[in-house]
Amino acid sequence: MAAAVACRQKGIEDILLIERGAYLGGILNQCIHDGFGLEKFHASLTGPEYAQRYIEQVIEKDIPFLLNSTVLNLTPQKEVIVINDKGLHHYKAKTIILAMGCRERTRGAIGIPGARPSGIYTAGVAQELINLKNYMIGKKVVILGSGDIGLIMARRLILEGAEVLMVAEKLPYSSGLPRNINQCLYDFDIPLLLSHTAVDIKGNGRLSGVTIAQLGKRGGVIPGTKRRIACDTLLLSVGLIPENELSRQAGIILDPVTGGPQVDERGQTSIPGIFACGNVLQVHDIVDNVSLEAEYIVEGVVEYLEGRLTKEREIKVELGEGLRYVVPQRLISRKDTIFSFRVNQPGQHKVLLFEEGRRLIKKKSLRRVNPAEMVRVKLSSLELEGIKRLKVRLV
Amino acid sequence: MKTTNNQFDVVIIGGGVVGCAIARELSRYNISIAVLEKEDDVGWGTSCRNSGVVHAGFNNKPGTLMAKFCVEGNRSFAELCRQLDVPYKKIGKLVVARKKEEIKGLKDLKAQGNKNQVKGLEIIDSTEIKRLEPNLAGIAALYSPETAITSPYLLTIALAENALNNGASFFLNTEVKNITKLNNSYFKITTNQGEFTSSYIINSAGLYADYIARVVGIRRYCLYPCRGEYHILDKNVSWLINHLVYPVPQAGAGGLGVHLTPTIDGNILIGPSNEYIRRKDNFSTTSQIMKMLSKEVREFLPLISPGYIIRSYSGLRAKQAPSSEGGFWDFVIEESDTIDNFINLIGIESPGLTAAQPIAQRVVEIINKKERLSPNPDFNPYRKGILRFEEQDEETKKNLIKQDPDYGEIVCRCEKVTKKEILEAINNPLGARSLISIKYRTRAMMGRCQGGYCLTRIIEILREHFDLNPEEITLKGDNSYLLTGYRSDEVSKPCKKKKSLSLEEELPVWQQQLPAGKKG
Repeated sequence: MAAAVACRQKGIEDILLIERGAYLGGILNQCIHDGFGLEKFHASLTGPEYAQRYIEQVIEKDIPFLLNSTVLNLTPQKEVIVINDKGLHHYKAKTIILAMGCRERTRGAIGIPGARPSGIYTAGVAQELINLKNYMIGKKVVILGSGDIGLIMARRLILEGAEVLMVAEKLPYSSGLPRNINQCLYDFDIPLLLSHTAVDIKGNGRLSGVTIAQLGKRGGVIPGTKRRIACDTLLLSVGLIPENELSRQAGIILDPVTGGPQVDERGQTSIPGIFACGNVLQVHDIVDNVSLEAEYIVEGVVEYLEGRLTKEREIKVELGEGLRYVVPQRLISRKDTIFSFRVNQPGQHKVLLFEEGRRLIKKKSLRRVNPAEMVRVKLSSLELEGIKRLKVRLV
Repeated sequence: MKTTNNQFDVVIIGGGVVGCAIARELSRYNISIAVLEKEDDVGWGTSCRNSGVVHAGFNNKPGTLMAKFCVEGNRSFAELCRQLDVPYKKIGKLVVARKKEEIKGLKDLKAQGNKNQVKGLEIIDSTEIKRLEPNLAGIAALYSPETAITSPYLLTIALAENALNNGASFFLNTEVKNITKLNNSYFKITTNQGEFTSSYIINSAGLYADYIARVVGIRRYCLYPCRGEYHILDKNVSWLINHLVYPVPQAGAGGLGVHLTPTIDGNILIGPSNEYIRRKDNFSTTSQIMKMLSKEVREFLPLISPGYIIRSYSGLRAKQAPSSEGGFWDFVIEESDTIDNFINLIGIESPGLTAAQPIAQRVVEIINKKERLSPNPDFNPYRKGILRFEEQDEETKKNLIKQDPDYGEIVCRCEKVTKKEILEAINNPLGARSLISIKYRTRAMMGRCQGGYCLTRIIEILREHFDLNPEEITLKGDNSYLLTGYRSDEVSKPCKKKKSLSLEEELPVWQQQLPAGKKG
């Protein structure tokens, strides 16, 4: 919606927004906690409220949208096949903006051994069942993974009368935002067990227990630390994966680390005229950044439509030590660019360096870094002017 | 508990692929048939937990029932699948030798296959392997063009539905507790759902067939559960292989070795392992074997990384051979010599899926010899499955949506399953209603997001359709409830919030390392 609204604001007339759900706003609708919009709207909104602000703009700006409509196919020629209860439709566009968001990593993907009973949910599914469908999913809950949705759900389950026994995190640090650790775990006396993971699952019908063990420095189970926890529900919050099946179908080149398309500074994928923004490009921590990213890439969309998306000289953004990834992965112009990073591990008093060979272009000091928190840095056209190489690293 | 007084000519204990095939074969005759299945649906034992391979028959010792029925089953399989609208693909199999010492094993297999009258077996060299499987490493291979794949669960369901359609009765969630013989003529079968009487009992209880035999006093059989674990790979790596790829079997092994199986649904399976365990209901996966499987497969295909695994599962083989001996013992398909009209099927392990129909025909023969059955004039061998929207061409898709708008709603996005297909699955003739039943019938929840998108939708469709309470929705029947009810309107327990935080107030400092187990 943010991209569609921004497109209309830039004077693009012919827009179509395709949504497979029954309402606009996607996953925001089930995020009934607040804290959204602090940056964008300077107010602490709930997810539905945040979505509503955009829904109102979409309606006010008369942007056509399809609901309950699933894209079956996306071609490199920028044609989409959509089905809904009215039929199967082809749409051909000059540009396409991908904003499909992400999906949750599952038990199968992380390979927890053991039985396969009912009562194992990803945090997002649990959130949908409780918040949107008014169901309760269990009584005694263990949460695996300290991703943000898991933390939010820990608090949510307590408020709904369930017992949350613990949050176990495989890494020696949490993968959720510090504010969520404080507000969702600390305030409710829920223990956070770092360097712990689930090594077995019991239960024939419904889940009856989970075995938790401590992990050593190299990631192996420390002998003697296995503990059987009796519970009826296991919630997984073990990471999000950008939902790029359509991108893959179209032949868009993906970044194996982010899971999203490789893009230039305008969010353009390897297929000219197809852009990506939001969680489909890289998983964000804060929805405000998703909106801002959408607005930001629309400039490129406009330039592309007007044939102004110039390709001065394409260079790859090289990734140095200390960083897990960088978006964009390449530069085609030398205009103002926002770079997004994630660091490899938590640390303090770090410096982010942008270099062209041995020449320092920009330096940014970071008091505290954390893989859970995306770092965003803007380089101006002045700083980028004429550069032939660009490397970023964290020291 | 219901009390019924159900009288049948034949009671089949166990609704696996063999039990259902027997029910279908018997429904060709004028005879009343009941299938008793302890689970919530047919095929949930060994039948749905295997590689889904239609074997050619070169792995089995010449002269055994296994060899005979496997070869026969392989030949008639395509026609069976055509009649029952079950997917079937003859993709061929490669048994690959990676070391010189293994070449002899290939030659032995080929000779054994020839003896069993398996068609088209051929030993090929490494260039030919490269041509057939560009991503595979190997110095020689046995190529079997007749080996095929199918959907083991869809086949079991199809056999059951066709039998049902032809007059057989199915009793799900019905577990046999006791069997007695009345007046030396009728069997009285006590179950958790009441009593049944019958003139014949067919013991096709799979892994529990030894237990059922013991209930009537036949003590000679013992079945050992031998677990095989699998990984399922994301469809994105399905291009890696085109054929079934097996290692050369090791002497005395109770399985065929860890292999790569392209499934009819388009995923690749890695597995199975081979491990005797104690309990017959232990379908757990284990970390050692999960790691071993990943490692072993990388020797075949270095390109497969663990990141492509979307799910792991296991199945249990019903082994007659004890773990000290290993290997395969031949199928037992015979009428008990002590108890008349009691037919035992013991040790139906691989290639039981391939051999299901010949096994069923053998059972019918046994009964026919004693009873001279009269044919059922209304028998219809054909059955229609659920139309898979995704596999249709564009014109058909358009027409389907026009006919029924439910085809225009994608419920499971990974496998592109429409609401119409879910509804058809929910209304299956057997009356199975759990999520796994829907999953096997439609492929919903089988994709890479494992129900992340569609689980809630399917729960809603189920509830709407049958007017169920939230607690009544189960994953796989029995105690596998998914929801504990509605979200309570009142909080059942006061929450232990320490102090209220306002937004302005400074948040407590985040403790990076909370000591394990210590609260706060």
